[in-house]
Amino acid sequence: MSKMHVKLTVNGKEVEGLAEPRTLLIHFLREDLKITGPHIGCETSHCGACTVDIDGKSVKSCTTFVAQVNGADITTVEGLTNDDGSLGVLQEMFREHHGLQCGFCTPGMITRAHRLLQENPNPSEEEIRFGMAGNLCRCTGYQNIVKAISASADMLNAQKEAAE
Amino acid sequence: MTDQTLTPEERAANLKGMGCARKRVEDMRFTQGKGNYVDDIKLDGMLFGDFVRSPYAHARVVSVNKEAALALPGVIAVLTAEDLSPLGLHWMPTLAGDKQMVLADGKVLFQGQEVAFVVAEDRYIAADAVELVEVDYEELPVITDPFEALKSDVVLREDLAGQTEGAHGPRKHHNHIFTWEQGDKDATEAILAEADVVAEEMVYYHRTHPCPLETCGSVASMDKVTGKLTLYGTFQAPHAIRTVVSLISGLAEHNIRVISPDIGGGFGNKVGAYAGYVCSVVASIVTGKPVKWVEDRMENLMSTAFARDYWMQGKIAATKDGKITGLWCHTTADHGGFDACADPTKFPAGFMNICTGSYDIPTAYLAVDGVYTNKAPGGVAYRCSFRVTEAAYFIERMIEVLAIKLNMDAAELRRINFIKADQFPYQSALGWEYDSGDYHTAWDKALKAVDYDGLRAEQAQRIEEFKAGKTRKLIGIGLTHFTEIVGAGPVKNCDILGLGMFDSCEIRIHPTGSAIARLGTISQGQGHATTFAQIIASEIGLPADDITLEEGDTDTAPYGLGTYGSRSTPVAGAATAMAARKIRAKAQMIAAYLLEVHDNDVEWDVDRFSVKGAPERFKTMKEIAFAAYNQAIPGLEPGLEAVSYYDPPNMTYPFGAYICVMEIDVDTGEWDIRQFYALDDCGTRINPMIIDGQVHGGVTEALAIAMGQEIAYDEMGNVKTGTLMDFFLPTAWETPNYITDYTVTPSPHHPIGAKGVGESPNVGGVPCFSNAVHDAFRPFGLVQSHMPHDHWRIWKIANGLGMHG
Repeated sequence: MSKMHVKLTVNGKEVEGLAEPRTLLIHFLREDLKITGPHIGCETSHCGACTVDIDGKSVKSCTTFVAQVNGADITTVEGLTNDDGSLGVLQEMFREHHGLQCGFCTPGMITRAHRLLQENPNPSEEEIRFGMAGNLCRCTGYQNIVKAISASADMLNAQKEAAE
Repeated sequence: MTDQTLTPEERAANLKGMGCARKRVEDMRFTQGKGNYVDDIKLDGMLFGDFVRSPYAHARVVSVNKEAALALPGVIAVLTAEDLSPLGLHWMPTLAGDKQMVLADGKVLFQGQEVAFVVAEDRYIAADAVELVEVDYEELPVITDPFEALKSDVVLREDLAGQTEGAHGPRKHHNHIFTWEQGDKDATEAILAEADVVAEEMVYYHRTHPCPLETCGSVASMDKVTGKLTLYGTFQAPHAIRTVVSLISGLAEHNIRVISPDIGGGFGNKVGAYAGYVCSVVASIVTGKPVKWVEDRMENLMSTAFARDYWMQGKIAATKDGKITGLWCHTTADHGGFDACADPTKFPAGFMNICTGSYDIPTAYLAVDGVYTNKAPGGVAYRCSFRVTEAAYFIERMIEVLAIKLNMDAAELRRINFIKADQFPYQSALGWEYDSGDYHTAWDKALKAVDYDGLRAEQAQRIEEFKAGKTRKLIGIGLTHFTEIVGAGPVKNCDILGLGMFDSCEIRIHPTGSAIARLGTISQGQGHATTFAQIIASEIGLPADDITLEEGDTDTAPYGLGTYGSRSTPVAGAATAMAARKIRAKAQMIAAYLLEVHDNDVEWDVDRFSVKGAPERFKTMKEIAFAAYNQAIPGLEPGLEAVSYYDPPNMTYPFGAYICVMEIDVDTGEWDIRQFYALDDCGTRINPMIIDGQVHGGVTEALAIAMGQEIAYDEMGNVKTGTLMDFFLPTAWETPNYITDYTVTPSPHHPIGAKGVGESPNVGGVPCFSNAVHDAFRPFGLVQSHMPHDHWRIWKIANGLGMHG
């Protein structure tokens, strides 16, 4: 099958490659770019393990062709680690509040939570639960994920206040 | 402050040992997307395998034409049973003493069964080629009902024709697998005949699936130069897989290295051996290249490891005032097309004979009949010790049914029948010795915590309001007191494929006082690297942060039977403590030598040995470690390491008291969990943060099972719930917050008194949710209704009771 040229910005770096028109974004990220944070859990957009951030929106990369997002700015969980290599706020709070167990849903969870807190910096518990409902977890029962996101919101807001 | 001036309590706290809510060491990599799961493994020249699967539940395979598929550029091979049969690999043994087709050998027995294995350069080409393999099928009559199977003339397993003896005794019919009987049939029937009250009910625990977020997969890499096979995979029991691969492939076991990398949840799904593993190995041997196989979600749900599907007919006898005198159970177990249950060999129905539960029932009888149907094989312990969740659901429903018959409060009925604290160790009528328990204390604590009497008063008032037309919502109060049996198990009666179910730990102390420990288990999210280091820290006085844990590589880890059935802490956790104690024993001799006193003149003090009566004279574990490597100590070998293979003397018996308050809309069948209180007694608590996390997750899986999750088939044997569109996994939106609580009744036979907790919340949660639904409708005449209690089924309950006007 003939291949097309794709160019993306992934986690702040410009990347390019050749892909079949039918190549899914998740496979391009995982197989071609070796960005294996986003995972494949269901292939039907239900579980959210493949969630990435595309041009400021949470997107399930298992049902998106890479051709659809040519030129886009993409962030994966790998891009949410601080520049000095330390854990980002959400990553740290997921660890602090035991918001993960097997870790398979975690990259998608954290990437979705990152966008949720951009959309709503002060979410209520109900808003967090609704906003995270596109991401499934089989291990945690969500209670500590909600706690971790809530704590992240507090911490990010405090950081913002201190900076102002 | 220096180490010498700290109090013993401060020194103990610095170790982050047992009892500490230590943050998980695993999370550094997982939160950054740096986990290493099987689909993350990429080897040079790796090929990708994919299955052609049967669309029919029962059919003859007339022919398989590979030509078009092989003609597709990038396709390397298409394997069928014909290709595997010269190697003897077209069938494989199951964990239950049956055998199972790797690739369809003349016929298929369930929808989704593996027919051919396509190997191609990438996963897209493999998927294309799957479509190009032409298979001719001749449909056969389909049986999806186990009761019908036992009457039908249709022979499902023609390969067993004329075989009247199975792995577990005589077969009564060509679709019958085994009968397993426990207890005293005659005595139980005599009690039933004479009892004041007998309640009888069919309790069905529907077919469901563990559905971990990561599906099953493997990467096989045969190195033709060295003759060594490396097999990466989603294995909950990597060592057992190595032995099985050796036995069925003929490769010498030392030439096989099995590696379980990070596993994205298991819940029992990843215990068994699957066709994909075998085919990836064969394909790698044939092609000389690494071959990856990873199933998709639909394949996972329709072909690998279902759970439950038990039809449990029960009779429970009691006196007029509610003292239970006898329990009778006959179970019809639907095992699907092959008996691939993951149970210890001598227990074809697992530990279903824990079905007397938390109650002092003097006489009982259990019989289980296993049956073949045209459904997927499996029967795994989905977040439970073998069939314990079925047993708990059965007895906790029967208690409720009896309470209705006696017109008694179900909490009180439980209380008057609990095994009393002074009866432990308790011999159950069905053959187990319960190690320890204090059920009354736990029960009273739970009832008080939720204000049980207040809840009942509120419920009564709500019923009045409902009858007066003021509300359409009912309140259900779900009660459960469960007793688990976990930690399989003693080698004298527990083995899988002849492998005794011990487990192991090896600890090596480095000269500078840090350590590495390796275990025969494998974490799938339980946080072993965190908690097992805590056990070692408390036992030998080195900080948990200085102890690396490794599992899952059979070339480096000691042999063990793996992680499932809540066995890691009861068995491998015990091995860890015992290995650590061996190290401490040697450390004592080294310390005595260094302090120039007799061995018995030093005593252990948190992280050091000090001279008795002179605590200022001591050697810390760090100092002792260094001495072990640089001093010539008479009579002692250099080095400081130990290994323990632990054969548990008994199972452990965790228990718990769960209470759920549910609001149910009579008109829509919608439910809302208003409160869920979970009290768990898992004996000694190693890491309370992780215990709470296990409870949250396990109860959520129970919520899924009780309230909507099922593997459903139509009459043609089509799987109706094959994607996450239809197979219910709760989101954050419908999942409640849980209140966790505990009592501590240590196991008397476990080195650190721990019992295991990972599966308790699923075992206790399912009956608790189901009982809440039943309880809401009890005043309106409901006695028994089968799970899952989805909105439609709850609506049907209300409708059937005439509540829709």
